[in-house]
Parts: sequence; structure tokens; C-alpha cells
Amino acid sequence: MSALSIRGLAKEYVRGKPVLRDVSLDVAAAGITAIIGPSGTGKSTLIRCINRLIDPTAGEILFEDQDLARLSGRALRLARRRIGMVFQEYNLVERLTVMENVLSGRLGYVSAWTAWRRTFPEADVARAFHLLERVGLADFARRRADELSGGQRQRVGIARALMQAPGLLLADEPTSSLDPKTSVEIMELMRDLAAESGVPVIVNIHQVDLARRFAGRMVGMSGGRIVYDGAPEGLGNAELKAIYGGESWLSP
Amino acid sequence: MSATVTRDDFFAPSIGRRLIYAGLIVYVVYAAATLGLSLERIERGIGYGARFLAGFFPPDFTKSDILPGLLESLQIAFLSSLFGTLLAIPVALVSARNLMPRVVSWSGRLIITFCRSFHPVIIAIIAVKAIGFGAAAGVVALTIASVGFVGKLLAEAIEEISEKQIEAVRATGASFMGVIVFGVIPQVVNRFIGFVAYETDANLRNSTMVGVVGAGGIGGTLFSAFQRFDYDFVAGIVICIIALVMVGEVLQLVVKRVFR
Repeated sequence: MSALSIRGLAKEYVRGKPVLRDVSLDVAAAGITAIIGPSGTGKSTLIRCINRLIDPTAGEILFEDQDLARLSGRALRLARRRIGMVFQEYNLVERLTVMENVLSGRLGYVSAWTAWRRTFPEADVARAFHLLERVGLADFARRRADELSGGQRQRVGIARALMQAPGLLLADEPTSSLDPKTSVEIMELMRDLAAESGVPVIVNIHQVDLARRFAGRMVGMSGGRIVYDGAPEGLGNAELKAIYGGESWLSP
Repeated sequence: MSATVTRDDFFAPSIGRRLIYAGLIVYVVYAAATLGLSLERIERGIGYGARFLAGFFPPDFTKSDILPGLLESLQIAFLSSLFGTLLAIPVALVSARNLMPRVVSWSGRLIITFCRSFHPVIIAIIAVKAIGFGAAAGVVALTIASVGFVGKLLAEAIEEISEKQIEAVRATGASFMGVIVFGVIPQVVNRFIGFVAYETDANLRNSTMVGVVGAGGIGGTLFSAFQRFDYDFVAGIVICIIALVMVGEVLQLVVKRVFR
């Protein structure tokens, strides 16, 4: 059974100039699905349509018995709680502490008044500490987010997303701002934590080798369409050429 | 036409600029002449000024109505700053174009523009007419001015916040108020405290002035001392006001340092 089922998704920012054209995708209930493709081909748009940070023009997004594309208001917020998101530039609230950033993953579950007074339920605080320990930042709980390095910030970003107790984890180029070693560590962390919580992951990624190493499935996009969908092993030079175009960049 | 350009050509003012300079000089001469601002008048004025300043010495601090007047000014300043900045928060949130639909933010901006349109003393004159003489009118006048000033600055600060941080908070499923509490406020709170400190300092100065039109505070004492030609008392009051404003300046610096 698939956790997420996208049917005929399309998005036009400008009428007549579609960024996504008729994208259909089923994502299994576990494992990492990597989406690769050139810049501007709609990878970010696809991911942001799923949690409706962007409104799709047409299509269905079936998740937990609901069509996310049709939700609005409170129903949309309730659905968003179940979808964690990790961002390229971490998007932590810089002036809040690490702990507050992790707890912000519970904002869909507590009232604004509770959040204002910082009186989160005991269980939430305990889980936040547990997650911070798992991402190796237990000693940083009181530090302000803008004091952390890129890799540390992304760890907080992962903890925040998992704090939501999500049924799906989205990652929009989570390693694009990081060095190669940190990138691998972040991918390992996402893989391990997602597996522990039994959450499927969809990740947009530019580094094809990194994607191959961690993903059980690769989706190649080009011109707003899916042009490859299959195992990493099936992704050869011919397929990469179809996704990115050109060939001088490919290793012989 | 030759393409060579001499050095003089580079820096010579254009015809347009020359006309503006010439026009400016003509207007200054015309304005001074029609106001009777002759050399003889200036000389006479300096004579008056010297006698006036001589009247300041020695300053008189002994009259008993300095302290109550100063304390009343201080109270006007603090109350109006408190009410004004508290009211400015919702006005600014409503006015921020990145949080509200255009119609709503437009009406918020209208409130701010209304509050900023008049000098505090003009509002004080109206407030005195509306609710009667005394400190209450001063508080109302400076509160309105504070809503306009802090509201405008805070609305602009909110419009400059990072959208990425807001996006992340929205993605957690937070409600609108949740986004305000965890996404917007943390990004503007320090600047807001700076605005409040600045506005309190400004109100401290303005509160010494609204008394001139009968809206309470030391200004009223100062005005009546002037009308009695009681210049040594005037000097005493002026020195006390300077001291008060300097204390405000220092307080502002302290607050800014603590909340950096």
C-alpha cells in the first residue's frame, strides 16, 4: 500500500507555462525516494505542492484518505501536521533557541497561547530532548539557532520535522548548502531516524551519487515530467542524459 | 561635431543648475526683504537676545512647582508610551502587507497615516478641546502620536522578516496565531524594543511641550513663567528639562544594550 499517491498533478505559476505537467507518483510506506533533475524542472514545486506551501493547478494528492489538493483552512493545517519538511537553508527561526525550534514541530498540536507561554506538554519536551540526543545536539538545547553551523542547523531541522510525528517526510535539497562529508552525515541521519519512526521520505537532491547511495528508488524529472522512475541501479548514462540533457558532464 | 571634450566642460554646472542657484538667491533676498529682516533688525534682535539671556542668570530652582510639573511630564511620557506601543502592535500586524490581504493592510496603513499626520502639539490642542485641560489630554495626544510612529516602524520591520522561517513554521501545521507567535514575533521583538525605547525618549521630550497648550506637565509651568517675564525661573525649568531628556537618552542606551 502506498503512503502517498499523486495523480495528474499540474502547476502553472503563469497561465500557459506549466512547471509541472501531469505528474503521477506513488510513494511506498517506507524507504527513501530521491527526486533528481535539473534546476527549474519543478522538483521543489512538486514537494511544496504536497504540503500545500504551493497550491497545485490540477491533480490529486492522496494522503491518509484525503485529497490534500482540495483541503483548506483547518483541515489543511491538520493534514500538514502529519507531513514533516526539511529545507535547503534549514529555515530555523534564528532568534529562537534550538529547543524552541524543535518544539515548533508541535505548533499544529498546541494552541498559540500554549506556544506563547512555552508550556508544551511534558511528553513533547521529553520527545524533543530525545530527538536532540539522537541528532547529537543535546548540549545545544539552550543555544540560539543562529549560533549553529550549517550541519548542526540541518540536524535541528530534521528533529523539528520528526517532532511532528509525521506520516511522511519531505526534504527539499537538504544537503545542497552543506559540504560533502556533512551531506552524507545528514542523509544517514534522515535515513536512520525515518526508518526508526517508520516514515517514508521524499527527497529532492542534486548530488546523483548521494541519491544513489541512500535512495531505494530514483525519480528523474525533466521539463516538469517524470522521465525515469525505478531502482538506482537502472540509472545509467543514457537515463541521466535524458534527465539532465547534454553528455559532456557524464563520466565515461 | 568634434568628440574632444576639454576638462572645463566636465565640471561646469549645467544651465539648469545655474538657474536653480540663481532662483534660490533671488528668493532668499525677496523673503528677507518682505519680512523686514534687515541688518539693522538683526542688530536690534541681538541686543534683545543679550538682555533676554542676561535675565536667565542666576537660574531659579527654588519655586515649588518645578518638581510636580516634571513628575507629571514623566508620567505623561511613560503612560502614553505604554498605551501607544501596546496599541501599535495590533495596528502593525494588521498593516503588514506580507501577513494580511491588501484591503486589510490598507486600512491599517490608514490608521497609521492618520496618527502621523499631525504634530503632537496639534493633537494636544484638539485633545484639550475634546476632553478638557490637564494631563489626560497630554496622554491621549502622545498616545496617538506613538501609535503612528511605532506602528509604522513595526509594520515595516514585520514586512522585512525572513519568509523562509515563516514557511517552515507554516509547514508544521501551525495556525495563523501560531505562526505569529513562533515565526513573526521572534524575528521582530528586538527591533520592537528598540522602537519602544526610542519612542519613550521622544515622548519624554514631547511631554514637556504639550503643557504649553494646556495638556499637563512642566510645559504649562514654563509657558506661564514666560508670560510673567520670570526669566530666571524659565532658565531653571529649561535646565531641568534638559536633565530629564538626558536621563531618557541614557535609559534608552541601557535598554538597547541589555536587549541586543
